[in-house]
Amino acid sequence: MQDFAHSFVLAGDLIASGDEDLTEIVGLSLRVTASALGISALIGLPFGAILAVSRFPGRTAVTVLANALMGLPPVVVGLVVYMLLSNAGPLGPLQLLYTPTAMIIAQAVLITPIIIALTRQVIADLNAEYADTFHSLVVPWHTAIGALLWDARFSLITVLLAGFGRAVAEVGAVMIVGGNINHVTRMMTTAIALETSRGDLALALALGMVLLLIALAVNGAVALLRGTERSSAHA
Amino acid sequence: MHEVVSLASHADNGLRPAPSPMPLRISGLTFATGNTDILKGIDLDLSTDRLTVLMGPNGAGKSVFLKLLHGLLQPTSGEISWMGQPVTKAVRKQQALVFQKPVLLRRSVAANLNFALGLRKVSDRAERLKEALSDLGLEPLAKRPARVLSGGEQQRLALARALILKPKVLMLDEPTANLDPATTLVIEQAISKVRRAGVKVIMITHAPHQARRLGEEVVFLHAGKITEHTPADTFFDRPASEAARAYLAGEILI
Repeated sequence: MQDFAHSFVLAGDLIASGDEDLTEIVGLSLRVTASALGISALIGLPFGAILAVSRFPGRTAVTVLANALMGLPPVVVGLVVYMLLSNAGPLGPLQLLYTPTAMIIAQAVLITPIIIALTRQVIADLNAEYADTFHSLVVPWHTAIGALLWDARFSLITVLLAGFGRAVAEVGAVMIVGGNINHVTRMMTTAIALETSRGDLALALALGMVLLLIALAVNGAVALLRGTERSSAHA
Repeated sequence: MHEVVSLASHADNGLRPAPSPMPLRISGLTFATGNTDILKGIDLDLSTDRLTVLMGPNGAGKSVFLKLLHGLLQPTSGEISWMGQPVTKAVRKQQALVFQKPVLLRRSVAANLNFALGLRKVSDRAERLKEALSDLGLEPLAKRPARVLSGGEQQRLALARALILKPKVLMLDEPTANLDPATTLVIEQAISKVRRAGVKVIMITHAPHQARRLGEEVVFLHAGKITEHTPADTFFDRPASEAARAYLAGEILI
């Protein structure tokens, strides 16, 4: 028990002193997750909106698939991306395995279905309200999608933050495709797993605390956004 | 058998000039949901030179009728033509419909109007924006989020958004329902202004006084059929159908 308490003290010191290893790992984690989120947003927001407002054969099947993929197991994503990026895989010549790019790809694959499915729901709800007005004004479909995305921006930022939270806390996929290489692909979650298994609880705890702080900040940002949305009465 | 009532039949009394070319021609219009016929084989011709008031008890099919005219709903059977054209996208661009419950974008008043302007090739955007804000008394509210406006202000904005595109046909579904007299006056003045400018107006109202003030002809719908289509004065002074007489007398129509 005394060891645990000591580990907490050491972890606090690491955070307070801005430990170099700790900073590097946190920085890499945030860069990777932010990049993955950017890619997922570029794909997921328009795709989810199109799925919400358009009618085409197989639309229901695509919606069901996107919803089902929200629960993708990270290790399965890691495995599939590993197979694609390994030397024997179709993207092997790119030599991306065990690089931050591989981890960005894995996280993007993991959270894009989440962004698509949640965006589809948000936009479908808003479109149900706007549809007659848009039809009456003869709004072109691309203009309608742009307007829906803009008017639902507060809800969609919440969607993106949910995706960020899912990606930053993920360990299985980045472990497989990143390899947890020190100073190259070591992320917060993979480092916590490694340091715990090695018995270095101080670094693991420090990283855990940072991760919790990030989760707290994300949830705080969501709450703040909802408050802003309400107070500005744009909803 | 369809109800066929036309103003042409009232032209004999010498009160009105010969009708202008009929921009709206409806034949055999039926609309059903499930096993219920909301509209039952309506035939109707409307000209551009009169403000048409659509009256009738709740559930008569008035709102459905307007939505069909605007192409928001597709008829189960029958035809609608505007100047000989079916209700295509090009036809709908010449029309505007103001709903009873206005749906506004989550933006400012001015941004709502600019959104509408951005949908058409409009060269005089600034002038139109200024005129629309002024006509509906929205100038002081231009920067306010549309969703925080009162019910009356929202309805004025919805009308301004409809008028800013300068439609040739304006359809209004109870535009002043639940509004105070001052707001009602502003909206009626705006309607009168576009009517004077030659816009065809078709308007649903339950308010007899408003129908008398604005209406030049009345189409009375009851149970999915037109029971009367007549000049407004005639409708209020000498309603021909039993349903219209009962409605104007405040009796409950089933």
